[in-house]
Amino acid sequence: MSAATLAPAAPQALGGVDAWLSRHRMLSPSLPGAGLPGLDAMRQQAIARFAQLGWPSSRLENWRHTSLLFLEQQAFGPGSTATPATTAGLDRYVEQLRAGEEGHWLVFVDGRFSAALSPPGELPPGAEAISLARALQVGDASLAAAFADVEQAEAPVALNAAFAGDGAVITLEQGVVLPAPVHLVFIATVAGAATHVRNFVGAAAGAQATVMEHFVAFGEAAAAGGDSSLTNTVTRVDVGRDARITHLKLQQESTDAVHLGSIDAVQAAGSCFASHSLSFGARLARHDIGTRFAGEHCEALLNGVYHIDGKRHVDHHTRIDHAQPRGVSREYYRGILDDAARGVFTGRIHVAQGAMRTDAVQRTDSLLLSPRAEADARPELEIYADDVKCGHGATVGQLDEEGLFYLRSRGLDEGEARNLLTYAFVADVLGRIDCEPLRRRAEAALRSRLPGGAAMEVGW
Amino acid sequence: MLIIRDLHAGIDGKQILRGLDLEVATGEVHAIMGPNGSGKSTLAQVLAGRDSFSVTHGSVSWDGQDLLALSPEERARLGVFLAFQYPVEIPGVSNAYFLKAAVNAVRRHRGEPELDAMDFLARIKSEMKAVGMKEEFLYRGVNEGFSGGEKKRNEILQMALLEPKLAVLDETDSGLDIDALRVVADGVNRLRSPDRSMIVITHYQRLLDYIVPDRVHVLSEGRISLSGGPSLASELEERGYRWIAQQREPAAGERRAGP
Repeated sequence: MSAATLAPAAPQALGGVDAWLSRHRMLSPSLPGAGLPGLDAMRQQAIARFAQLGWPSSRLENWRHTSLLFLEQQAFGPGSTATPATTAGLDRYVEQLRAGEEGHWLVFVDGRFSAALSPPGELPPGAEAISLARALQVGDASLAAAFADVEQAEAPVALNAAFAGDGAVITLEQGVVLPAPVHLVFIATVAGAATHVRNFVGAAAGAQATVMEHFVAFGEAAAAGGDSSLTNTVTRVDVGRDARITHLKLQQESTDAVHLGSIDAVQAAGSCFASHSLSFGARLARHDIGTRFAGEHCEALLNGVYHIDGKRHVDHHTRIDHAQPRGVSREYYRGILDDAARGVFTGRIHVAQGAMRTDAVQRTDSLLLSPRAEADARPELEIYADDVKCGHGATVGQLDEEGLFYLRSRGLDEGEARNLLTYAFVADVLGRIDCEPLRRRAEAALRSRLPGGAAMEVGW
Repeated sequence: MLIIRDLHAGIDGKQILRGLDLEVATGEVHAIMGPNGSGKSTLAQVLAGRDSFSVTHGSVSWDGQDLLALSPEERARLGVFLAFQYPVEIPGVSNAYFLKAAVNAVRRHRGEPELDAMDFLARIKSEMKAVGMKEEFLYRGVNEGFSGGEKKRNEILQMALLEPKLAVLDETDSGLDIDALRVVADGVNRLRSPDRSMIVITHYQRLLDYIVPDRVHVLSEGRISLSGGPSLASELEERGYRWIAQQREPAAGERRAGP
């Protein structure tokens, strides 16, 4: 039945299944954690799963608007080939990114943790934030949870499980509250490389933390027109009873990059999970964001902004699994699409039988700055319980001409007026980021996308 | 000095202004009255540069410059200000940011240094007091959820901050209670000065109890059909706009003689 058995990938295919299989044979003995009982078997199972699935095509429901078949024709170098030449000046760059902000920082270069760039911050007792490679060395118990998705995984997640040897493992014991965010910075320095990063956030009962993942390109990898790179990232979040985890992902990869990201949370009773997805880079970015309410009274906020131009493509594919009663979920995504860019949103809400008093709201709005830009929004509501409130809505529009004229009639030039209205369109979404330093980072990232927007002042 | 000559303008192929002539000398306040549909708001929008209205004939000169050749923002920077009949709501842009951006756009053009946040706040707070606006309105979205009266106060606030040379108030009095009406009138009266011209467009004579204009014009069917001193407003109030139509009987007679 599988694509691999019926129609084996052409032998010449650069990034097809065979190429990944042979790379796995070559690299798996040297991956962090190789030889650990269970891990090798899991990696074998994962690469077999990928081989069975192949890159998804638009014939698959979950990939209808975002085919990845083009990746068969794309060769990627291995990650972790950073050299002194590709990383010269990186320390200053990281310094600039930090901008003096407190908190615990873990910096990854081409998918590998860099201890030199990650001076340890202070974490309260009962909190730990280490690299996955290190966790694999010591055989950390949380690893089973970090890789617990292989059997049912979509192709990119399976590929990630097969290759991932680094990332961050953040664990919080019961009741531990982090006073400042944990920053995970993923810097691509080598053009044309594939990196597979896997992160795990585990919060025991009552624990609270904010985690930011920041994807950026530096030097050769940031230069336009270079070889396309692939970032394949998976973050699994285990939110314990009454725990609160806020996750923010800022995707500012180079415009040649392909970014495949999956964020997958499981929530125990009374817990809160918030995901903020800010997607500004990459030529193709796919964000699978999902959470499952495994106990009563869970809350989830899935919030996102994207701003893309050219022929670039962003797909947010969300899933909220209301498996237990009295869960509250809110989803708000806003996209700004210029030139011939395309934005896709799919919002799946599954309300299980017996999940009564579920309260779900889903909204997605797109602003088209060009007549060639395109937005697709697809709500998928499956409701098997009575006594639920589920609302959804989607809009697609242009900049308000009345608003433009009003601003211009007060002396703002047309570009400034457009910027302001564009910014205003997503201001609500940014306003939902309640961690102030992260909100400021998000605002700055958006401003840098607007022509002349870097000079814009906001926030007062 | 504003000189409008034989102005023809319309929207979507529909002719609304049909040969409007008007002169407003520097330092004067003129009222323009007229029934609904006579072209009052079209005149206001054309003066501010709304491009959905097309000017098919005529000229507008402002201090010797061809106003029609300028973009809305260029006009604003030269000192043209339109108080909107329906101020636009812009959620997501704080009123403070908007007001500061507007003031600084005009200041830049005049070669004056931009105001920083501190200077601006000090300045704006006293102006807000004058128009009876609470400080919280600074931090809300531009006109977002404002009542009709609050929106109009916000227009008067902008006018006070921008210190225009030509202010056009488009039915700023419509829908206002007596307190808000006084705020609008006070705003206009405070700004009255020998180097500033103002055009107050209104449907009712009520506003002119508080703002005594130098001239009153009646606009009907796209042109000025009658002009006079301040007493013309009360005469209109008494006799209604139909009286104007009767004054123009000969013209109507000519048309009837046609086919």
